[in-house]
Amino acid sequence: MPIIVDHLNCIYEAGTAMEVVALSDINLVIPDGQFIGLIGHTGSGKSSLIQHLNGLIKASSGTVYFNGEDIYDEDYDLKKLRSKVGLVFQYPEHQLFEVDVFSDVCYGPKNLGLSKKDVELRAYKALKMVGMDDEYFYQSPFDLSGGQKRRVAIAGVLAMEPEVLILDEPTAGLDPKGRDEILGLIKKLQAETGMTIILVSHSMEDVANYVDRIIVMNGGSVMLDGVPKDVFAHYKELEEVGLAAPAVTYIMQQMKEQGFDVGTDATTIAEARDEILRALGR
Amino acid sequence: MNIIDVSKLVFEYIRRDDEGNVEGITTAIDHVDMEIKQGDFVAVLGHNGSGKSTLAKHLNAILYPSEGTVWVDGKDTQEEENLIPIRKSAGMVFQNPDNQIIGQIVEEDVGFGPENLGVETKQIWERVEESLKAVGMYKYRKKSPNRLSGGQKQRVSIAGVLAMHPKCIILDEPTAMLDPSGRKEVIRAVRALNEVEGITVILITHYMEEVIHADKVYVMDKGRVEMQGTPKEIFAQVDKLRSLRLSVPQVTLLAHELKKSGVALPDGILTTQELIEELKKVR
Repeated sequence: MPIIVDHLNCIYEAGTAMEVVALSDINLVIPDGQFIGLIGHTGSGKSSLIQHLNGLIKASSGTVYFNGEDIYDEDYDLKKLRSKVGLVFQYPEHQLFEVDVFSDVCYGPKNLGLSKKDVELRAYKALKMVGMDDEYFYQSPFDLSGGQKRRVAIAGVLAMEPEVLILDEPTAGLDPKGRDEILGLIKKLQAETGMTIILVSHSMEDVANYVDRIIVMNGGSVMLDGVPKDVFAHYKELEEVGLAAPAVTYIMQQMKEQGFDVGTDATTIAEARDEILRALGR
Repeated sequence: MNIIDVSKLVFEYIRRDDEGNVEGITTAIDHVDMEIKQGDFVAVLGHNGSGKSTLAKHLNAILYPSEGTVWVDGKDTQEEENLIPIRKSAGMVFQNPDNQIIGQIVEEDVGFGPENLGVETKQIWERVEESLKAVGMYKYRKKSPNRLSGGQKQRVSIAGVLAMHPKCIILDEPTAMLDPSGRKEVIRAVRALNEVEGITVILITHYMEEVIHADKVYVMDKGRVEMQGTPKEIFAQVDKLRSLRLSVPQVTLLAHELKKSGVALPDGILTTQELIEELKKVR
Protein backbone atom coordinates (compact mmCIF):
# COMPACT_ATOMS: atom_id res chain seq x y z
CA MET A 1 0.00 0.00 0.00
CA PRO A 2 1.35 3.40 -0.89
CA ILE A 3 1.95 6.55 1.07
CA ILE A 4 -0.35 9.35 -0.05
CA VAL A 5 0.45 12.92 0.90
CA ASP A 6 -2.67 15.01 0.50
CA HIS A 7 -2.61 18.84 0.44
CA LEU A 8 -0.02 18.94 3.19
CA ASN A 9 0.86 22.33 4.67
CA CYS A 10 3.28 23.02 7.47
CA ILE A 11 3.77 26.43 9.05
CA TYR A 12 6.22 26.85 11.94
CA GLU A 13 5.31 29.34 14.66
CA ALA A 14 2.13 30.35 12.87
CA GLY A 15 0.68 33.72 13.83
CA THR A 16 3.97 35.07 15.23
CA ALA A 17 6.60 37.35 13.71
CA MET A 18 8.78 34.24 13.26
CA GLU A 19 6.24 32.49 11.03
CA VAL A 20 7.86 30.31 8.37
CA VAL A 21 5.99 28.32 5.74
CA ALA A 22 8.02 25.10 5.59
CA LEU A 23 5.70 23.12 3.30
CA SER A 24 2.90 24.40 1.13
CA ASP A 25 0.34 22.20 -0.56
CA ILE A 26 2.33 19.02 -1.06
CA ASN A 27 0.58 16.23 -2.98
CA LEU A 28 2.47 13.01 -3.58
CA VAL A 29 1.80 9.33 -4.16
CA ILE A 30 4.65 7.05 -3.17
CA PRO A 31 3.99 3.49 -4.40
CA ASP A 32 5.44 0.41 -2.73
CA GLY A 33 8.96 -0.58 -3.62
CA GLN A 34 9.98 2.63 -5.36
CA PHE A 35 13.48 4.06 -4.95
CA ILE A 36 13.03 7.82 -4.67
CA GLY A 37 15.66 10.57 -4.57
CA LEU A 38 14.61 13.70 -2.70
CA ILE A 39 16.71 16.73 -3.60
CA GLY A 40 16.63 20.44 -2.84
CA HIS A 41 18.96 23.06 -1.42
CA THR A 42 19.35 23.63 2.33
CA GLY A 43 16.08 24.96 3.69
CA SER A 44 13.92 23.82 0.76
CA GLY A 45 11.66 21.66 2.93
CA LYS A 46 13.16 18.17 2.45
CA SER A 47 13.67 17.49 6.15
CA SER A 48 10.26 18.90 7.07
CA LEU A 49 8.65 16.61 4.51
CA ILE A 50 10.35 13.42 5.65
CA GLN A 51 9.55 14.14 9.28
CA HIS A 52 5.87 14.30 8.35
CA LEU A 53 6.04 10.90 6.71
CA ASN A 54 6.60 9.12 10.01
CA GLY A 55 4.57 11.48 12.16
CA LEU A 56 7.39 13.31 13.92
CA ILE A 57 5.83 16.63 12.93
CA LYS A 58 2.09 17.21 12.70
CA ALA A 59 0.94 19.10 9.63
CA SER A 60 -0.79 22.48 9.97
CA SER A 61 -3.36 21.21 7.47
CA GLY A 62 -3.75 18.35 5.00
CA THR A 63 -2.89 14.78 5.83
CA VAL A 64 -0.74 11.72 5.17
CA TYR A 65 -2.29 8.33 4.44
CA PHE A 66 -0.17 5.28 5.22
CA ASN A 67 -1.55 1.92 4.06
CA GLY A 68 -4.90 3.61 3.49
CA GLU A 69 -5.21 5.01 7.00
CA ASP A 70 -5.10 8.70 7.94
CA ILE A 71 -2.16 9.04 10.35
CA TYR A 72 -3.80 12.00 12.05
CA ASP A 73 -6.90 10.00 13.06
CA GLU A 74 -7.42 10.13 16.81
CA ASP A 75 -7.10 6.38 17.29
CA TYR A 76 -4.22 5.93 14.85
CA ASP A 77 -1.20 4.28 16.45
CA LEU A 78 1.72 6.60 15.64
CA LYS A 79 4.15 4.29 17.41
CA LYS A 80 3.34 1.57 14.90
CA LEU A 81 3.79 4.05 12.06
CA ARG A 82 7.29 4.90 13.28
CA SER A 83 8.30 1.26 13.21
CA LYS A 84 6.89 0.90 9.67
CA VAL A 85 8.47 4.08 8.33
CA GLY A 86 12.12 3.99 9.43
CA LEU A 87 14.03 7.25 9.45
CA VAL A 88 17.84 7.29 9.34
CA PHE A 89 18.98 10.79 10.29
CA GLN A 90 22.07 12.59 9.06
CA TYR A 91 25.23 11.34 10.80
CA PRO A 92 23.22 8.50 12.41
CA GLU A 93 26.38 7.16 14.05
CA HIS A 94 26.06 10.01 16.59
CA GLN A 95 23.07 8.12 17.97
CA LEU A 96 24.98 4.92 18.74
CA PHE A 97 25.21 4.53 22.49
CA GLU A 98 25.26 0.89 23.63
CA VAL A 99 28.27 -1.03 24.94
CA ASP A 100 28.45 -3.30 21.91
CA VAL A 101 27.22 -3.41 18.33
CA PHE A 102 24.67 -6.17 18.91
CA SER A 103 22.99 -4.49 21.92
CA ASP A 104 22.78 -1.25 19.99
CA VAL A 105 20.85 -2.87 17.15
CA CYS A 106 18.61 -4.68 19.69
CA TYR A 107 17.50 -1.41 21.26
CA GLY A 108 14.79 -0.60 18.69
CA PRO A 109 13.02 -3.98 18.49
CA LYS A 110 13.31 -4.35 22.30
CA ASN A 111 11.14 -1.24 22.61
CA LEU A 112 8.52 -2.87 20.38
CA GLY A 113 7.91 -5.30 23.22
CA LEU A 114 9.05 -8.43 21.37
CA SER A 115 10.43 -11.49 23.13
CA LYS A 116 14.19 -11.63 23.74
CA LYS A 117 14.54 -14.34 21.10
CA ASP A 118 12.69 -12.34 18.46
CA VAL A 119 14.66 -9.20 19.29
CA GLU A 120 17.96 -11.01 18.87
CA LEU A 121 16.82 -12.69 15.69
CA ARG A 122 15.89 -9.35 14.16
CA ALA A 123 19.17 -7.73 15.25
CA TYR A 124 21.13 -10.62 13.76
CA LYS A 125 19.22 -10.39 10.48
CA ALA A 126 19.63 -6.61 10.30
CA LEU A 127 23.38 -6.76 10.92
CA LYS A 128 23.72 -9.43 8.22
CA MET A 129 21.71 -7.25 5.82
CA VAL A 130 24.20 -4.40 6.18
CA GLY A 131 27.11 -6.79 5.77
CA MET A 132 28.56 -6.73 9.30
CA ASP A 133 30.47 -9.89 10.18
CA ASP A 134 29.92 -11.77 13.47
CA GLU A 135 33.37 -10.77 14.68
CA TYR A 136 32.17 -7.17 15.17
CA PHE A 137 29.02 -8.02 17.15
CA TYR A 138 30.58 -7.71 20.59
CA GLN A 139 32.88 -4.82 19.85
CA SER A 140 32.13 -1.32 21.05
CA PRO A 141 30.45 0.58 18.21
CA PHE A 142 32.84 3.44 18.91
CA ASP A 143 35.84 1.37 17.83
CA LEU A 144 34.50 0.93 14.29
CA SER A 145 35.39 2.98 11.23
CA GLY A 146 33.08 5.76 10.02
CA GLY A 147 31.48 3.64 7.32
CA GLN A 148 30.98 0.68 9.68
CA LYS A 149 29.38 2.85 12.37
CA ARG A 150 26.95 4.14 9.80
CA ARG A 151 26.05 0.58 8.76
CA VAL A 152 25.36 -0.35 12.37
CA ALA A 153 23.15 2.72 12.76
CA ILE A 154 21.22 1.73 9.63
CA ALA A 155 20.90 -1.82 10.97
CA GLY A 156 19.31 -0.34 14.10
CA VAL A 157 16.50 1.02 11.93
CA LEU A 158 16.27 -2.12 9.75
CA ALA A 159 15.77 -4.23 12.88
CA MET A 160 12.40 -2.49 13.24
CA GLU A 161 11.52 -4.19 9.92
CA PRO A 162 10.21 -1.03 8.27
CA GLU A 163 8.24 -1.06 5.02
CA VAL A 164 9.62 2.33 4.10
CA LEU A 165 13.19 3.43 4.75
CA ILE A 166 14.02 7.14 4.63
CA LEU A 167 17.68 8.13 4.71
CA ASP A 168 18.79 11.75 5.17
CA GLU A 169 22.14 12.14 3.37
CA PRO A 170 23.48 8.73 4.36
CA THR A 171 26.81 9.32 2.58
CA ALA A 172 27.75 12.74 4.05
CA GLY A 173 31.37 12.79 5.15
CA LEU A 174 32.26 9.36 3.76
CA ASP A 175 35.12 8.73 1.32
CA PRO A 176 34.19 7.82 -2.29
CA LYS A 177 34.43 4.07 -1.70
CA GLY A 178 32.39 4.41 1.49
CA ARG A 179 29.75 6.31 -0.46
CA ASP A 180 29.52 3.59 -3.10
CA GLU A 181 29.34 0.89 -0.43
CA ILE A 182 26.45 2.51 1.45
CA LEU A 183 24.49 3.28 -1.74
CA GLY A 184 25.13 -0.23 -3.11
CA LEU A 185 23.84 -1.62 0.17
CA ILE A 186 20.65 0.47 -0.01
CA LYS A 187 20.04 -0.60 -3.61
CA LYS A 188 20.50 -4.24 -2.61
CA LEU A 189 18.07 -3.88 0.30
CA GLN A 190 15.48 -2.40 -2.03
CA ALA A 191 15.92 -5.16 -4.61
CA GLU A 192 15.86 -8.01 -2.07
CA THR A 193 13.14 -6.87 0.32
CA GLY A 194 10.99 -4.68 -1.94
CA MET A 195 11.24 -1.91 0.64
CA THR A 196 10.32 1.62 -0.43
CA ILE A 197 13.39 3.86 -0.20
CA ILE A 198 13.49 7.64 0.05
CA LEU A 199 17.02 8.96 -0.27
CA VAL A 200 17.75 12.59 0.59
CA SER A 201 20.93 13.57 -1.18
CA HIS A 202 23.05 16.52 -2.25
CA SER A 203 24.91 14.45 -4.83
CA MET A 204 23.29 14.60 -8.26
CA GLU A 205 25.59 11.82 -9.47
CA ASP A 206 24.42 9.47 -6.73
CA VAL A 207 20.80 10.25 -7.41
CA ALA A 208 21.25 9.72 -11.16
CA ASN A 209 22.96 6.38 -10.59
CA TYR A 210 20.56 4.80 -8.15
CA VAL A 211 16.99 6.08 -8.06
CA ASP A 212 13.84 5.41 -10.13
CA ARG A 213 12.26 8.78 -9.45
CA ILE A 214 13.40 12.22 -8.33
CA ILE A 215 11.36 14.70 -6.32
CA VAL A 216 12.82 18.22 -6.30
CA MET A 217 11.80 20.53 -3.46
CA ASN A 218 12.06 24.31 -3.57
CA GLY A 219 10.65 26.89 -1.17
CA GLY A 220 8.47 24.29 0.53
CA SER A 221 6.82 23.05 -2.68
CA VAL A 222 7.44 20.21 -5.09
CA MET A 223 9.17 21.83 -8.08
CA LEU A 224 9.81 18.79 -10.26
CA ASP A 225 8.86 15.12 -10.01
CA GLY A 226 9.82 12.44 -12.52
CA VAL A 227 12.40 9.95 -13.75
CA PRO A 228 16.02 11.19 -13.50
CA LYS A 229 16.35 11.86 -17.23
CA ASP A 230 13.29 14.11 -17.35
CA VAL A 231 14.17 15.97 -14.16
CA PHE A 232 17.77 16.63 -15.18
CA ALA A 233 16.63 17.90 -18.59
CA HIS A 234 15.51 20.95 -16.58
CA TYR A 235 19.09 21.63 -15.49
CA LYS A 236 18.80 25.40 -15.99
CA GLU A 237 15.87 25.59 -13.55
CA LEU A 238 17.72 23.31 -11.14
CA GLU A 239 20.70 25.69 -11.17
CA GLU A 240 18.44 28.61 -10.34
CA VAL A 241 17.46 26.87 -7.10
CA GLY A 242 21.01 25.95 -6.08
CA LEU A 243 21.06 22.46 -7.60
CA ALA A 244 22.61 21.08 -10.77
CA ALA A 245 22.54 18.19 -13.20
CA PRO A 246 25.14 15.43 -12.91
CA ALA A 247 28.56 16.42 -14.29
CA VAL A 248 28.16 14.21 -17.39
CA THR A 249 25.04 16.09 -18.51
CA TYR A 250 27.17 19.24 -18.79
CA ILE A 251 29.92 17.38 -20.62
CA MET A 252 27.42 16.18 -23.24
CA GLN A 253 25.95 19.66 -23.53
CA GLN A 254 29.38 21.20 -24.15
CA MET A 255 30.25 18.51 -26.71
CA LYS A 256 27.08 19.20 -28.66
CA GLU A 257 27.78 22.94 -28.65
CA GLN A 258 31.20 22.21 -30.16
CA GLY A 259 29.86 20.23 -33.05
CA PHE A 260 29.62 16.63 -31.82
CA ASP A 261 26.46 14.82 -32.86
CA VAL A 262 25.52 13.60 -29.38
CA GLY A 263 22.30 13.43 -27.40
CA THR A 264 22.43 15.46 -24.19
CA ASP A 265 20.20 13.44 -21.89
CA ALA A 266 22.87 11.13 -20.42
CA THR A 267 22.92 11.25 -16.61
CA THR A 268 25.41 8.49 -15.80
CA ILE A 269 28.98 7.78 -16.89
CA ALA A 270 27.92 4.57 -18.66
CA GLU A 271 25.22 6.35 -20.69
CA ALA A 272 27.62 9.15 -21.63
CA ARG A 273 30.27 6.63 -22.69
CA ASP A 274 27.84 4.70 -24.89
CA GLU A 275 26.51 7.89 -26.48
CA ILE A 276 30.01 9.20 -27.28
CA LEU A 277 31.05 5.82 -28.69
CA ARG A 278 27.95 5.87 -30.89
CA ALA A 279 28.73 9.42 -32.10
CA LEU A 280 32.31 8.37 -32.89
CA GLY A 281 30.95 5.45 -34.88
CA ARG A 282 32.60 2.77 -32.73
CA MET B 1 60.96 29.96 2.57
CA ASN B 2 58.36 27.26 3.07
CA ILE B 3 55.29 28.26 5.03
CA ILE B 4 54.97 24.70 6.28
CA ASP B 5 57.68 22.12 6.74
CA VAL B 6 56.90 18.69 8.05
CA SER B 7 59.82 16.41 8.71
CA LYS B 8 59.59 12.72 9.64
CA LEU B 9 56.34 13.35 11.51
CA VAL B 10 55.04 10.48 13.63
CA PHE B 11 51.92 10.70 15.79
CA GLU B 12 50.89 7.87 18.05
CA TYR B 13 48.10 7.66 20.50
CA ILE B 14 47.71 5.19 23.29
CA ARG B 15 44.44 3.26 23.50
CA ARG B 16 43.28 2.48 27.03
CA ASP B 17 40.50 0.24 28.34
CA ASP B 18 37.91 1.30 30.96
CA GLU B 19 40.37 0.82 33.83
CA GLY B 20 42.99 2.96 32.11
CA ASN B 21 45.27 0.06 31.22
CA VAL B 22 47.13 0.41 27.95
CA GLU B 23 45.52 -1.77 25.27
CA GLY B 24 47.73 -0.79 22.40
CA ILE B 25 49.28 2.00 20.40
CA THR B 26 47.85 3.34 17.15
CA THR B 27 50.15 5.12 14.73
CA ALA B 28 47.94 7.75 13.10
CA ILE B 29 50.76 9.51 11.25
CA ASP B 30 53.70 7.44 10.13
CA HIS B 31 56.83 9.30 8.96
CA VAL B 32 55.28 12.05 6.87
CA ASP B 33 57.39 14.65 5.06
CA MET B 34 55.77 17.67 3.48
CA GLU B 35 56.96 21.01 2.15
CA ILE B 36 54.42 23.69 1.35
CA LYS B 37 55.51 26.94 -0.28
CA GLN B 38 53.91 30.29 0.57
CA GLY B 39 51.05 30.94 -1.85
CA ASP B 40 50.50 27.33 -2.90
CA PHE B 41 47.12 25.62 -3.14
CA VAL B 42 47.64 22.15 -1.73
CA ALA B 43 45.00 19.43 -1.53
CA VAL B 44 45.09 16.41 0.77
CA LEU B 45 43.03 13.34 -0.18
CA GLY B 46 42.62 10.07 1.65
CA HIS B 47 39.88 7.71 2.84
CA ASN B 48 38.19 7.98 6.25
CA GLY B 49 40.78 7.14 8.87
CA SER B 50 43.81 7.67 6.63
CA GLY B 51 45.26 10.36 8.90
CA LYS B 52 44.31 13.54 7.02
CA SER B 53 42.64 15.34 9.92
CA THR B 54 45.31 14.27 12.38
CA LEU B 55 47.90 15.74 10.04
CA ALA B 56 45.89 18.97 9.69
CA LYS B 57 45.72 19.37 13.46
CA HIS B 58 49.52 19.34 13.56
CA LEU B 59 49.68 22.29 11.19
CA ASN B 60 48.36 24.79 13.70
CA ALA B 61 49.59 23.14 16.86
CA ILE B 62 46.37 21.53 18.07
CA LEU B 63 48.35 18.27 18.21
CA TYR B 64 52.09 17.89 18.76
CA PRO B 65 54.36 15.31 17.10
CA SER B 66 55.32 12.10 18.91
CA GLU B 67 58.44 12.11 16.72
CA GLY B 68 59.73 14.46 14.04
CA THR B 69 59.10 18.17 13.68
CA VAL B 70 56.53 20.54 12.20
CA TRP B 71 57.56 24.11 11.38
CA VAL B 72 54.89 26.69 10.59
CA ASP B 73 56.32 29.87 9.11
CA GLY B 74 59.72 28.80 10.41
CA LYS B 75 58.48 28.14 13.96
CA ASP B 76 58.65 24.75 15.66
CA THR B 77 55.13 23.78 16.88
CA GLN B 78 56.55 22.09 19.98
CA GLU B 79 57.97 25.32 21.46
CA GLU B 80 55.34 26.77 23.75
CA GLU B 81 56.20 30.41 23.05
CA ASN B 82 55.47 29.78 19.35
CA LEU B 83 51.87 28.76 19.99
CA ILE B 84 50.20 32.17 19.53
CA PRO B 85 52.30 33.20 16.49
CA ILE B 86 51.54 29.82 14.86
CA ARG B 87 47.79 30.09 15.47
CA LYS B 88 48.03 33.56 13.90
CA SER B 89 49.82 32.40 10.77
CA ALA B 90 47.83 29.22 10.23
CA GLY B 91 44.04 29.37 10.62
CA MET B 92 41.73 26.40 10.53
CA VAL B 93 38.19 25.85 9.19
CA PHE B 94 36.30 22.70 10.15
CA GLN B 95 33.54 20.60 8.57
CA ASN B 96 30.48 21.72 10.51
CA PRO B 97 29.83 25.48 10.32
CA ASP B 98 27.46 25.28 13.30
CA ASN B 99 30.32 24.20 15.56
CA GLN B 100 32.50 27.20 14.82
CA ILE B 101 30.15 30.19 14.74
CA ILE B 102 29.63 31.84 18.12
CA GLY B 103 28.57 35.44 17.45
CA GLN B 104 24.96 36.67 17.51
CA ILE B 105 25.56 38.78 14.41
CA VAL B 106 27.81 37.93 11.46
CA GLU B 107 30.19 40.88 11.94
CA GLU B 108 30.62 40.14 15.66
CA ASP B 109 31.51 36.57 14.88
CA VAL B 110 34.17 37.61 12.39
CA GLY B 111 35.58 40.15 14.87
CA PHE B 112 36.00 37.53 17.61
CA GLY B 113 39.39 36.29 16.36
CA PRO B 114 41.19 39.63 16.00
CA GLU B 115 39.65 40.82 19.27
CA ASN B 116 41.28 37.91 21.05
CA LEU B 117 44.58 38.78 19.43
CA GLY B 118 44.35 42.22 21.08
CA VAL B 119 43.88 44.14 17.85
CA GLU B 120 42.68 47.76 18.25
CA THR B 121 38.93 48.28 17.90
CA LYS B 122 39.18 50.49 14.81
CA GLN B 123 41.39 47.95 13.09
CA ILE B 124 39.09 45.09 14.06
CA TRP B 125 36.24 46.76 12.17
CA GLU B 126 38.49 47.31 9.15
CA ARG B 127 39.51 43.67 9.19
CA VAL B 128 35.91 42.50 9.57
CA GLU B 129 34.91 44.56 6.57
CA GLU B 130 37.72 43.39 4.30
CA SER B 131 37.32 39.73 5.35
CA LEU B 132 33.58 39.70 4.72
CA LYS B 133 34.12 41.38 1.36
CA ALA B 134 36.76 38.81 0.41
CA VAL B 135 34.28 35.94 0.83
CA GLY B 136 31.33 37.89 -0.60
CA MET B 137 29.38 38.07 2.66
CA TYR B 138 29.61 41.82 3.41
CA LYS B 139 25.95 42.50 2.76
CA TYR B 140 24.99 39.93 5.40
CA ARG B 141 27.14 41.58 8.11
CA LYS B 142 24.17 42.60 10.29
CA LYS B 143 22.34 39.27 10.00
CA SER B 144 22.10 36.48 12.53
CA PRO B 145 24.25 33.50 11.47
CA ASN B 146 21.25 31.22 12.23
CA ARG B 147 19.43 32.66 9.24
CA LEU B 148 22.19 31.82 6.74
CA SER B 149 22.51 28.78 4.46
CA GLY B 150 25.28 26.23 5.02
CA GLY B 151 27.51 27.69 2.32
CA GLN B 152 27.04 31.19 3.69
CA LYS B 153 27.82 30.05 7.24
CA GLN B 154 30.95 28.33 6.04
CA ARG B 155 32.06 31.52 4.25
CA VAL B 156 31.53 33.44 7.51
CA SER B 157 33.76 30.87 9.25
CA ILE B 158 36.41 31.48 6.60
CA ALA B 159 36.07 35.26 7.07
CA GLY B 160 36.58 34.73 10.80
CA VAL B 161 39.90 33.05 10.11
CA LEU B 162 40.81 35.65 7.49
CA ALA B 163 40.31 38.51 9.95
CA MET B 164 43.26 37.12 11.91
CA HIS B 165 45.43 37.84 8.84
CA PRO B 166 46.83 34.34 8.48
CA LYS B 167 49.44 33.38 5.90
CA CYS B 168 47.87 30.01 5.55
CA ILE B 169 44.38 28.53 5.87
CA ILE B 170 43.75 24.85 6.53
CA LEU B 171 40.26 23.63 5.59
CA ASP B 172 39.20 20.21 6.87
CA GLU B 173 36.35 18.99 4.62
CA PRO B 174 34.69 22.42 4.54
CA THR B 175 32.04 21.33 2.01
CA ALA B 176 31.04 17.91 3.37
CA MET B 177 27.72 19.16 4.74
CA LEU B 178 26.77 21.55 1.95
CA ASP B 179 24.44 21.40 -1.06
CA PRO B 180 25.89 21.81 -4.59
CA SER B 181 25.60 25.59 -4.68
CA GLY B 182 27.02 25.89 -1.16
CA ARG B 183 29.99 23.76 -2.21
CA LYS B 184 30.57 25.93 -5.26
CA GLU B 185 30.39 29.17 -3.22
CA VAL B 186 32.91 27.96 -0.68
CA ILE B 187 35.40 26.61 -3.21
CA ARG B 188 35.13 29.80 -5.27
CA ALA B 189 35.85 31.90 -2.15
CA VAL B 190 38.81 29.71 -1.21
CA ARG B 191 40.31 29.90 -4.70
CA ALA B 192 39.95 33.68 -4.72
CA LEU B 193 41.81 33.96 -1.41
CA ASN B 194 44.60 31.92 -2.86
CA GLU B 195 44.82 33.66 -6.22
CA VAL B 196 44.03 37.25 -5.24
CA GLU B 197 45.34 37.49 -1.68
CA GLY B 198 48.15 34.99 -2.10
CA ILE B 199 47.13 33.04 1.00
CA THR B 200 48.41 29.49 1.19
CA VAL B 201 45.52 27.01 1.14
CA ILE B 202 45.56 23.46 2.42
CA LEU B 203 42.27 21.79 1.48
CA ILE B 204 41.29 18.41 2.85
CA THR B 205 38.37 16.91 0.94
CA HIS B 206 36.51 13.84 -0.30
CA TYR B 207 35.31 15.64 -3.43
CA MET B 208 37.70 15.00 -6.29
CA GLU B 209 36.27 17.86 -8.39
CA GLU B 210 37.49 20.39 -5.83
CA VAL B 211 41.08 19.38 -6.29
CA ILE B 212 41.68 19.85 -10.03
CA HIS B 213 43.00 23.42 -9.67
CA ALA B 214 45.44 22.62 -6.86
CA ASP B 215 49.18 23.15 -7.35
CA LYS B 216 49.92 19.91 -5.58
CA VAL B 217 47.95 16.92 -4.28
CA TYR B 218 48.96 14.61 -1.45
CA VAL B 219 47.17 11.27 -1.06
CA MET B 220 47.29 9.68 2.37
CA ASP B 221 46.80 6.06 3.37
CA LYS B 222 47.46 4.40 6.75
CA GLY B 223 49.08 7.57 8.05
CA ARG B 224 51.60 7.75 5.21
CA VAL B 225 51.85 9.88 2.09
CA GLU B 226 51.04 7.28 -0.54
CA MET B 227 51.04 9.52 -3.64
CA GLN B 228 52.01 13.13 -4.37
CA GLY B 229 52.05 15.21 -7.52
CA THR B 230 50.04 17.55 -9.68
CA PRO B 231 46.31 16.81 -10.10
CA LYS B 232 47.08 15.53 -13.59
CA GLU B 233 49.69 13.07 -12.34
CA ILE B 234 47.48 11.88 -9.50
CA PHE B 235 44.22 11.49 -11.44
CA ALA B 236 45.97 9.65 -14.27
CA GLN B 237 46.11 6.69 -11.84
CA VAL B 238 42.43 5.75 -11.69
CA ASP B 239 42.90 2.17 -10.52
CA LYS B 240 45.46 3.04 -7.85
CA LEU B 241 43.14 5.73 -6.44
CA ARG B 242 40.28 3.24 -6.39
CA SER B 243 42.41 0.80 -4.42
CA LEU B 244 42.92 3.62 -1.89
CA ARG B 245 39.09 3.98 -1.58
CA LEU B 246 39.16 7.20 -3.59
CA SER B 247 37.87 8.22 -6.97
CA VAL B 248 38.58 10.70 -9.79
CA PRO B 249 36.58 13.65 -11.18
CA GLN B 250 33.60 12.64 -13.36
CA VAL B 251 35.18 13.86 -16.61
CA THR B 252 38.38 11.91 -15.83
CA LEU B 253 36.29 8.83 -15.16
CA LEU B 254 34.40 9.24 -18.43
CA ALA B 255 37.70 9.58 -20.34
CA HIS B 256 39.02 6.49 -18.56
CA GLU B 257 35.91 4.49 -19.55
CA LEU B 258 36.19 5.67 -23.18
CA LYS B 259 39.83 4.65 -23.22
CA LYS B 260 38.92 1.19 -21.93
CA SER B 261 36.44 0.94 -24.82
CA GLY B 262 39.23 1.54 -27.31
CA VAL B 263 39.24 5.32 -27.85
CA ALA B 264 42.83 6.61 -27.91
CA LEU B 265 42.88 9.17 -25.10
CA PRO B 266 45.70 10.25 -22.78
CA ASP B 267 45.50 9.64 -19.02
CA GLY B 268 44.71 12.39 -16.54
CA ILE B 269 42.16 14.48 -18.44
CA LEU B 270 40.77 16.95 -15.89
CA THR B 271 38.41 19.30 -17.72
CA THR B 272 35.58 18.92 -20.22
CA GLN B 273 37.43 21.16 -22.72
CA GLU B 274 40.50 18.89 -22.59
CA LEU B 275 38.30 15.87 -23.26
CA ILE B 276 36.59 17.58 -26.19
CA GLU B 277 39.93 18.62 -27.74
CA GLU B 278 41.21 15.05 -27.48
CA LEU B 279 37.99 13.63 -28.94
CA LYS B 280 38.26 16.03 -31.89
CA LYS B 281 41.64 14.46 -32.69
CA VAL B 282 40.24 10.93 -32.86
CA ARG B 283 36.94 11.79 -34.53
